[in-house]
Amino acid sequence: MKIFDLAQDSVRTRNQGLHDSPEGKWLVSHPDGRHCIAAGLDAAVDVDIEGHVGYYCAGMNKHASITISGSAGPGVAENMMSGTVRVKGNVSHCAGASGHGGLLIVEGDASARCGISMKGTDIVVAGSVGHMSAFMAQTGRLVVCGDAGDFLGDSIYEAIIYVAGEVGELGADCVEKEMTAEHRQSLTDLLSASGVDANPDNFRRYGSARKLYNFNIDHASDY
Amino acid sequence: MCGIVGIYYKNKDLSKDLGTMLGSMLVQMSERGPDSAGVAVYRNPVGPSSTKLSLYASEDDFDWNRVRLQLVAEFNAEFETEVRASHAVVSTTTPLRQLRAWLAVNCPELRIMSAGSTIEIYKEAGAPRDFVKRFKLQDFQGSHALGHTRMATESAITTQHSHPFSTGLDLCLVHNGSLSNHNRLREQLQAEGIEFQTDNDSEVAAGYLMWQLHQGATLEQALTSAISDLDGFYTFAVGTRDGFAVLRDPIACKPAVMAENDDWVAMASEFRAIAQLPGVEQATVWEPAPATVYSWGKG
Repeated sequence: MKIFDLAQDSVRTRNQGLHDSPEGKWLVSHPDGRHCIAAGLDAAVDVDIEGHVGYYCAGMNKHASITISGSAGPGVAENMMSGTVRVKGNVSHCAGASGHGGLLIVEGDASARCGISMKGTDIVVAGSVGHMSAFMAQTGRLVVCGDAGDFLGDSIYEAIIYVAGEVGELGADCVEKEMTAEHRQSLTDLLSASGVDANPDNFRRYGSARKLYNFNIDHASDY
Repeated sequence: MCGIVGIYYKNKDLSKDLGTMLGSMLVQMSERGPDSAGVAVYRNPVGPSSTKLSLYASEDDFDWNRVRLQLVAEFNAEFETEVRASHAVVSTTTPLRQLRAWLAVNCPELRIMSAGSTIEIYKEAGAPRDFVKRFKLQDFQGSHALGHTRMATESAITTQHSHPFSTGLDLCLVHNGSLSNHNRLREQLQAEGIEFQTDNDSEVAAGYLMWQLHQGATLEQALTSAISDLDGFYTFAVGTRDGFAVLRDPIACKPAVMAENDDWVAMASEFRAIAQLPGVEQATVWEPAPATVYSWGKG
């Protein structure tokens, strides 16, 4: 395993080192809340970040497997294309925003706007998520093992939300839906892939009522 | 965008490190606020019959000793004066009301940045790193402190418009965000007798809290009322003589992170400001929830 010490070198230099590595295992030490660590990776490298990170860590990730041992600031794993990002602590707002693919696992809590505008990524949160999570979420799955804050799934398209705990006020056009055998299997597989220990039987499914897709004069008050 | 930081020592044995910690936190927030920097430090409390004032002079070579001698002659009392760059802290037994009146007439060029028994405020336009050096922050020992780095959005870049703002005895507020109902609220508070020195929105928030405390509210109650009465975006850190509190607006789009261990509680706009504090490895790190008051010490 090679070590990048951010107490010795800049994030830009070290990110370039990661970009230039087609494979291998890396340890990033002394992140100390710096921004944009391990952003823009495009290879199947394993990166362990030892500590807390700042904004946009692991953003735009493609193929890489990134583990953060501490907590992460705003926009962790935003716009992920593929690969895996695991955060052992808590994450700030907009975790996994606009992701197209890959898997984000948060072992602690996520704050507001988790999975905002997600476009195919999967997000599993072992704790709770804050308000406006999955806002305008298009495709992909958001799994919340704890509680979800107000306005969950506001203006949601075809993303699927699973919540085990309490849900605050649902967002516009977001409704509870039937948990079919197919959904239960999909959730079971996702929990298994994420290594988060939760009983699929405890979850409820939420998704779009599909009333906001096109302008409809009968629903003018909903817009 | 602005940067705010705060630290409150639960273990008072560590209070000797306050200024060093505060300085390092402030410098980490330079990119969030390169226009000006300021701190409120709670230290060296004066006796129950004394008052401590932080005064600001725009000229660096201001003759503070002349003012001190004039005050001694006028009030026949002791005036202990500690000069630090463009500021001086004056401690005296002369009543605050008389002191304010005398300063307004005889030294209109001076600004009172804070008054109380424990608080001291220092702030200046310019980069945070220069501020930390110029005001020798490492000298400060105390129980708690707040800091602010400002990127101006709604009023001028001057020392007067810099944070922290204090509108009442030992009360201080730092703000990241912008308020939208501050003009009307300022008028309402002025009608209630609260005085303001600038047209800045954050000063209105400080004035609002002072007004609530005057009505008998605790700091926690005052901040809870602020959630309904203040409109806009905010992360606040608030200090009182013995207390420290944090509040975010219900939308929570302005960042905040908190960390707490057995020795201290710290808050900052970004974690990197907290990252270098000794003992951070043992601290619990979390993001304060929207519209939720977090407080420590006595309100």
